[in-house]
Amino acid sequence: MGDIFPRGRVSVAGASTFGVGEMPGHSTIEMAGKAVQLALADAAIGLSEVDGLFIALPDDLFAGLSLAQYLGLHPRFTDNNRAGGASFMSHLVTACMMLDAGYLDCAVIAYGANQRSSGGKLSTPARPDRWDAPYNPMYPLSFYALAAARHMHQYGTTREELASVAVAAREWANTNPEAFAKGPLTIEDVVNSRLISSPIRARDCCLVTDGAAAMVLTRTDRAKDGPKPLVPILGAAAATWYNSVTQADDITITAAAESGARAMAMAGLTPGQIDTVQLYDAFTINTILFLEDLGFCAKGDGGKFVASGAISPGGSLPVNTNGGGLSCCHPGMYGMFAMVEAVRQMRGQAANQIAGAKTALAHGNGGTLSAQATVIFGNAETV
Amino acid sequence: MSGPSAEWDAALAEGRFLIQQPVGGGASVFPPRAFAPGTGAELEWVEASSLGTVYSATWIQRKPPEPPYNVVLVDLAEGARMMGRVEGVTPETLQIGMAVKARIIAGETPVLVFDPVEQTNG
Repeated sequence: MGDIFPRGRVSVAGASTFGVGEMPGHSTIEMAGKAVQLALADAAIGLSEVDGLFIALPDDLFAGLSLAQYLGLHPRFTDNNRAGGASFMSHLVTACMMLDAGYLDCAVIAYGANQRSSGGKLSTPARPDRWDAPYNPMYPLSFYALAAARHMHQYGTTREELASVAVAAREWANTNPEAFAKGPLTIEDVVNSRLISSPIRARDCCLVTDGAAAMVLTRTDRAKDGPKPLVPILGAAAATWYNSVTQADDITITAAAESGARAMAMAGLTPGQIDTVQLYDAFTINTILFLEDLGFCAKGDGGKFVASGAISPGGSLPVNTNGGGLSCCHPGMYGMFAMVEAVRQMRGQAANQIAGAKTALAHGNGGTLSAQATVIFGNAETV
Repeated sequence: MSGPSAEWDAALAEGRFLIQQPVGGGASVFPPRAFAPGTGAELEWVEASSLGTVYSATWIQRKPPEPPYNVVLVDLAEGARMMGRVEGVTPETLQIGMAVKARIIAGETPVLVFDPVEQTNG
């Protein structure tokens, strides 16, 4: 047993972003609260109807309590699950099960961060553990660099192939009004950018922006009467293999191989039946690792796959159609933004809408390639 | 009575590099545990061979004139993996797959580092 998921019985009734890019003068809870307000308006659901709160904030270990206070609610349940950037996909798993069971009627998932306006550095309470710390790795960057270096060694992945991930993200961002980083970006720009922790260079790294996002979930029987096109949740799975990627068996294989396979089995779909992919591209190597692990190309072929143009506008597998963490926004824990872009694609309302898309996969990553969580969204035709 | 991490620290301070192995055999364990991860089997301390192989490596850049420093992952001969640094190498000479040997730098907080092992033919 295990992995029984209420396929299609819970849907996204509302979704929002707020303050993507720069939104000075706002605290993280103010950012998140504003996103909740917008998502509820999007769903045409009143604040008082919310009975479940799911949130992780960069600077508040008790964020669930803070959100209840900020919204003035007495929720039946709050969930503070902190799995880094995969937290929100994990929140969604819990929310789906609780909604389907009837424990909750209306769940909100939220995130907000002001890391660009509050200092311009990644804001995280996470640190290397005591076994890794004596060697002064940059956290989390060097851990991803170790994965990238091994991937290049093991499979012959090239510097230029890594760079093509950043170039594809920028091409999508250039036609997304919400994206923060726009303008030309070439392979040469990326491979000649400042070396930080080899092989990772400055343009291999996600942005540091402000931003908030929220989603409202209800049972599908209610959501289908809502004002927006139905976005049912077809499958969702979280997988955790370790905290420090130092302890991976094979650093080139992440727990996305588990979360993706489980989520797709719940949805009854194969990778070939996924129309668009939104994944957490904290660094260019992430996109390559996750496309392999999620089954969109063979292990080791990710570099060639991304360099072929497959993930770029006009390619066979539209990936990070908002520009991703590399060029749209990265307010610290990006998971919510991948899910909101997937929802927009399923509604037919994305800035870079993929014509005829009926399924969208959103994938979150937390820690140092540690926590992986995959959600598959559909449209009304898929249930 | 100390936990396994404190026991490992105390041994390192005495100049000994210990590693845990399941009683009766099996893959070695690092970082130290109270029991074998995944199986719950009982563990015992053994002297590590100190031999290992570089599994991955990164060079962290610093503001010139400070030179970059490396951070590596080392697969120990006993099977466990740990983070470390290799001393006496450059970005050109440090290679994934390179044989290394652990050395303890004594001090108030002793640190385990690695040196390249000269490869000999035959």
